[in-house]
Amino acid sequence: MQSAMALSFSQTSFTRPNHVLGSTGSVFSTPTSLRFCGLRREAFGYSTSNQLALRCERIRIPSRKSFQVSASASSNGNGAPPKSFDYDLIIIGAGVGGHGAALHAVEKGLKTAIIEGDVVGGTCVNRGCVPSKALLAVSGRMRELQNEHHMKSFGLQVSAAGYDRQGVADHANNLATKIRNNLTNSMKALGVDILTGFGSVLGPQKVKYGKDNIITAKDIIIATGSVPFVPKGIEVDGKTVITSDHALKLESVPDWIAIVGSGYIGLEFSDVYTALGSEVTFIEALDQLMPGFDPEISKLAQRVLINPRKIDYHTGVFASKITPAKDGKPVLIELIDAKTKEPKDTLEVDAALIATGRAPFTNGLGLENVNVVTQRGFIPVDERMRVIDGNGTLVPNLYCIGDANGKLMLAHAASAQGISVVEQVSGRDHVLNHLSIPAACFTHPEISMVGLTEPQAKEKGEKEGFKVSVVKTSFKANTKALAENEGEGIAKMIYRPDNGEILGVHIFGLHAADLIHEASNAIALGTRIQDIKLAVHAHPTLSEVLDELFKAAKVESHATTRTVSEKVVV
Amino acid sequence: MSRLLQTPFLPSVSLPTKTRSSVTGFRVKPRIIPIQAKIREIFMPALSSTMTEGKIVSWVKSEGDKLNKGESVVVVESDKADMDVETFYDGYLAAIMVEEGGVAPVGSAIALLAETEDEIADAKAKASGGGGDSKAPPPASPPTATVVAPVAVEKKIAAPPVAIKAVAASAVHPASEGGKRIVASPYAKKLAKELNVELAGLVGSGPMGRIVAKDVEAVAAGGGVQAAVAVKEVVAVPGVELGSVVPFTTMQGAVSRNMVESLAVPTFRVGYTISTDALDALYKKIKSKGVTMTALLAKATALALAKHPVVNSSCRDGNSFVYNSSINVAVAVAIDGGLITPVLQNADKVDIYSLSRKWKELVDKARAKQLQPQEYNTGTFTLSNLGMFGVDRFDAILPPGTGAIMAVGASQPSVVATKDGRIGMKNQMQVNVTADHRVIYGADLAQFLQTLASIIEDPKDLTF
Repeated sequence: MQSAMALSFSQTSFTRPNHVLGSTGSVFSTPTSLRFCGLRREAFGYSTSNQLALRCERIRIPSRKSFQVSASASSNGNGAPPKSFDYDLIIIGAGVGGHGAALHAVEKGLKTAIIEGDVVGGTCVNRGCVPSKALLAVSGRMRELQNEHHMKSFGLQVSAAGYDRQGVADHANNLATKIRNNLTNSMKALGVDILTGFGSVLGPQKVKYGKDNIITAKDIIIATGSVPFVPKGIEVDGKTVITSDHALKLESVPDWIAIVGSGYIGLEFSDVYTALGSEVTFIEALDQLMPGFDPEISKLAQRVLINPRKIDYHTGVFASKITPAKDGKPVLIELIDAKTKEPKDTLEVDAALIATGRAPFTNGLGLENVNVVTQRGFIPVDERMRVIDGNGTLVPNLYCIGDANGKLMLAHAASAQGISVVEQVSGRDHVLNHLSIPAACFTHPEISMVGLTEPQAKEKGEKEGFKVSVVKTSFKANTKALAENEGEGIAKMIYRPDNGEILGVHIFGLHAADLIHEASNAIALGTRIQDIKLAVHAHPTLSEVLDELFKAAKVESHATTRTVSEKVVV
Repeated sequence: MSRLLQTPFLPSVSLPTKTRSSVTGFRVKPRIIPIQAKIREIFMPALSSTMTEGKIVSWVKSEGDKLNKGESVVVVESDKADMDVETFYDGYLAAIMVEEGGVAPVGSAIALLAETEDEIADAKAKASGGGGDSKAPPPASPPTATVVAPVAVEKKIAAPPVAIKAVAASAVHPASEGGKRIVASPYAKKLAKELNVELAGLVGSGPMGRIVAKDVEAVAAGGGVQAAVAVKEVVAVPGVELGSVVPFTTMQGAVSRNMVESLAVPTFRVGYTISTDALDALYKKIKSKGVTMTALLAKATALALAKHPVVNSSCRDGNSFVYNSSINVAVAVAIDGGLITPVLQNADKVDIYSLSRKWKELVDKARAKQLQPQEYNTGTFTLSNLGMFGVDRFDAILPPGTGAIMAVGASQPSVVATKDGRIGMKNQMQVNVTADHRVIYGADLAQFLQTLASIIEDPKDLTF
């Protein structure tokens, strides 16, 4: 899909003058010998599958650059007078994406402002990844302490573990506050102006914030993020029918909670709630739990994370109506068949958590002022995060990163997109390879992944005519995992046996979220298996799980000594 | 859970391997048994150098199947992957010792291979002798009552543990569509599957009548109590050794717990004196048709309850209460030194003759210890009558999970002053209702008793 967008852009941009490029045209003369890791995938997409792919990429970059220079030349002829701006860069939304962009912009010498209508830190820090990690840290310990069998096998004796709900909730809240302050301070210290108020786009290069403060900037990044998505028919009261926003405050631990959606949000909360003593019912619209994970991983994860716990589930059903508890009645959930839409069942539970995904927060942004039409709320962008307007043409100087564009709704993806945009506006072209962005689910044990799933890779291989191989290893074969008595888990790598390219890595096991980065870095940097397998891992560590994968892979081509020596030079 | 689960399994009750492994996920270690030449063990193979135990994912073959050398028999999940395991010999798969889902250490026997068909039976015997018994646990069977020396007050509560624990009712869950749907928590469902407990016959003690894990455990334990009691009865000879300390039986323990639990319910008592001349006359008239006094009292109570549904309600979680949809009158009966509370279901709707027949049937079943759970644990209101012992008044402890219980004393001739200033003789009995004041208030009971008195004093409605 991203490739398609790139193509459509290159056609339209001939007719569209581009002021940004015009004003910063001079930087194109600087030779850019840096890594363009993000381009790699694009390059593969166009080139025939052979080992020359690496070289193709290096040829492609200059060729596209020369094109942009010509485009900017024509724009100069259009006669737009150079203006002076209040800022080089304005970022609307101080979440993790905006923060990442701001920090990088300062590093690049840009005068930067960030507008926040709520609290600094956005969803991730205040209502998402950060407080949920605090709850999961508690649930992990509870789980361990409650597992008598596990403790006994260590020779440990622990008397009954208990918890204080308010204490747990405070831990999550304190962590969010601490991270929020860190974020605010880091931006203040670097001289980023933090402007308070709701920000909206007034016109090209013009932004309004608060009541009627108008400022101008050479470039604008929209990073307004998302809010929990609540399907229609579901009435959220914040007490018994809740979203992740409420759940993270942990105001109650219900005896029985239904979780609508078994994606990573639902899974993480099921981990927290079952550890704290709740029973959980999953409601999943698709035919299997944990859609979106590699099928083999979700099968094993179900064996470990669902079946032995106090969890049951309904798959292939929608929650068509959810009524909060009132007048002594429980929460009522009406289920209908996902396909036939016929009523299937009614559930009565103590609480329901809606974890059906997230919806972009783009209302009231003034997008109509720049003729941008959202798609299901998402702001359409090209692969360089440049906003596309209703006619399919690029809006100059306007970018959108993070959940608001919907490409990959992860905090670190937003941040990476922000950095990519800053690279571009400071004159260095950059395209982010989304396939190198890892994702993690912090259950116990954790799940992490990067790149393609096995079915996706096989499909791609069939289409493009290359072979796909899979190699697996178990945590039971890892000394450190066994020492921790945590042998449950697998890691699998999907790769091309012909050239050693890593297509995807999926890990389910102890500290999987921390282990994935060796693989995601390898994908981002284009490191091949035959090269990385020669790298050394400390013994005994969990990282040897990945080492085992690399070593077990059977690649036809040999280590490229050239690459290694190049790296030594750098 | 494990603590509760252990109670049913007294020494003489063998614990089936299958159940145990599926319940707790414990490692199953079938005893390795001496094997004659022609019956071979199939071992859990070491599929990798690091493997110490393996989990049976599925048996490809079932017991009795013929195996050829090299055929795969079982799929084992090792530390690396799921792998097919092949047999090295021809023969018959005689007995599976570790069921699907079970875990066995490397090198331990997971099945027996017989060389000829004739040896299958031998092998099976060995397998079961070796602890591979795969019988299902005994289902919850009818109750036995073993509480020695029944005390009047305890009478109502000393019903079998199931009746106490999962106190019953037609307590229909607000949204369970008249009881058609079973409302059970996820863990309760899981446990029911593992413990082989049928959820359909169960009434929950959770919020809003939901079946929760402890209800399932109680039923499972109930089954075990039977076994325990049976053993006990053989041992226990009549005659009490004075001065000896006797530990509670499981059931006495359960009763004790429930007695203590009942203290959490704020109860109060309201008494009433009712003339029974008309009732006695009616009884004399229809006695020949098999009508019993118990049935008459139950019927009268049920008719009064129909007019005062709040007295037939129950509060389980302290936050809400249920207007029970049917009126099921439980009547305490002393049997064999214990007691039980058979339930007359829908006593307000069933006619007096059918009710009497039903009562007789229930009492017979109770004596034969053949009552089904729904016949003793679905009561919504309890009657206890000690009148036959000449007791003129007493009060009863409210069984947890119900709203009210009525203690009925003996009907005795009394001298009474009548309204016209004369002195006359009337048969009178005293009743005393204990109720849960969280949901039932004094006025409710007073009105209920007034209605009951008017029904008993003018009993023509009872025979309809």
